[in-house]
Amino acid sequence: MLCQKCKTRQANTHIKQVINGELTEMDLCQECASKLGYDNAFGDFLDIGSMMSGFLGMPMPTISALAREEKCPGCGATFSQITKSGRVGCAKCYDTFYDRLLPMIKRIHGNTVHTGKRLRTARLESGKTETAPVQTESKAEKKPTELEQLSEKLAAAIKSQEFEQAAQLRDRINEIKAREARDNG
Amino acid sequence: MDKKWYEKNGAEGDVVISTRVRLARNLEKYPFPARCSNELRQQIAEKVKDAVLNSNSVISSRFSALDVDNISMGERVSLVERHLVSPEFISDKGDKTLLLLDDESVSIMINEEDHVRLQVMCEGFDLDRAYEQASRIDTLLDERLKFAFSDTLGYLTQCPTNLGTGMRASVMLHLPALHDAKAMRKITENLSKLGITVRGAYGEGSEPTAAFYQLSNQITLGIGEKTAIENLRNITKQLIAQELQSRQAMAKRIEVQDKIYRAEGILKSARLIDGGEALKHLSRVRFGVTTGLIKDVSLDTINRLIVEIQPATLMKQTGKQLAPGERDAVRATLIRNNIGG
Repeated sequence: MLCQKCKTRQANTHIKQVINGELTEMDLCQECASKLGYDNAFGDFLDIGSMMSGFLGMPMPTISALAREEKCPGCGATFSQITKSGRVGCAKCYDTFYDRLLPMIKRIHGNTVHTGKRLRTARLESGKTETAPVQTESKAEKKPTELEQLSEKLAAAIKSQEFEQAAQLRDRINEIKAREARDNG
Repeated sequence: MDKKWYEKNGAEGDVVISTRVRLARNLEKYPFPARCSNELRQQIAEKVKDAVLNSNSVISSRFSALDVDNISMGERVSLVERHLVSPEFISDKGDKTLLLLDDESVSIMINEEDHVRLQVMCEGFDLDRAYEQASRIDTLLDERLKFAFSDTLGYLTQCPTNLGTGMRASVMLHLPALHDAKAMRKITENLSKLGITVRGAYGEGSEPTAAFYQLSNQITLGIGEKTAIENLRNITKQLIAQELQSRQAMAKRIEVQDKIYRAEGILKSARLIDGGEALKHLSRVRFGVTTGLIKDVSLDTINRLIVEIQPATLMKQTGKQLAPGERDAVRATLIRNNIGG
């Protein structure tokens, strides 16, 4: 599809907006989108598909397309479907394609490890009180458990882009979590 | 009835129109919305509705559910104009349900880009209040729904840009002095380096017609809610200071005064006015009120008019479908009745 503004370049950015009481949808090329100010606000997530494939040196090689592509056991999404749409299929995809999603997540956020509010169950496990959920992030510095130490190492490995080591650490973390889940019945 | 948040002027109201905090959440057991069948979307809507409407908190009784698929396009657009939902939410059907608090300060969109988008709005500059309210309701939902969460990646979202806290905090600012001084492009560039996104509110693209801007945090992973909010607060404070300083200097210039008084004159006497022109003049009059040049108009009134003059909301009030020309007449009358002429 051609860009609706310049009518010369390919459109790759879809904009939805309410203008004058009408819901308006526009397909724009990167350049026009940027001129109209949609680059830093929407750019990241509207164009995430091409950003992902750009980063990973896609388009997906034909060889892997011929071979059976790995599917997420949760929702059936393949990695190329995710990069193409810019949308992750389900929560489990983040496990299934963790290694391949991580570089992109790092590029978006500059970080790869969550700090901040946690699920109630996660808060109870880590022994934090319910009364002040707002403050959970500042309470992180108590005695680090093995899991926390590993998470820190993981963050460091990712920061220095040692993804192989990061993958090993992540597997180790998952093992511990699985063991804890078993122990807790 | 109490005034709604968009009808009031709040803290730092000379510059800050409103504050918003939005949290993105998903149910663990279901695929993200883009991969959900209608049946699954229905199940999700039922579950979230039940969790919100039947919690053991008193707030539950103040929510009502709105089936967005079954209301007119005009009413849907009016929801966007009142900042209660995103344009994305009304653009296509698919078991979209809105849960709205009686004073319209909290809206919960079900089946938007994520299963749950919880949004709290308040007048003026009040990030803590907005976040605390959002977090309280989130905790309430957490007791009844199992949200998708990972220890390393935090709250899991359909788009990786929202991973982690899933929180987008934003403030809507009126920056007529910085806008007229053509300082906004540079400011936008600099703030983007500090993890803050600036975009025009109202108007198309990067040239906001009436100097209303929205600032929000860009990053949600690896930075906690409090830190992100603190960061946004500090930057907003600096912008407020800069804006107010330039306003005082500019308001002394006769050219600026002329523009402000002319804008007031037009609003007080126009018989036909389109939305863009009205917004431009309301912005100037607002500038005049905050610098003491205009005395008999309140910021409450201007804030309310900014929402009420928009096409779909205007038609909702009159209760009938109006052609653009007819809308211009109704709009002019509404403004004259409120600003006095």
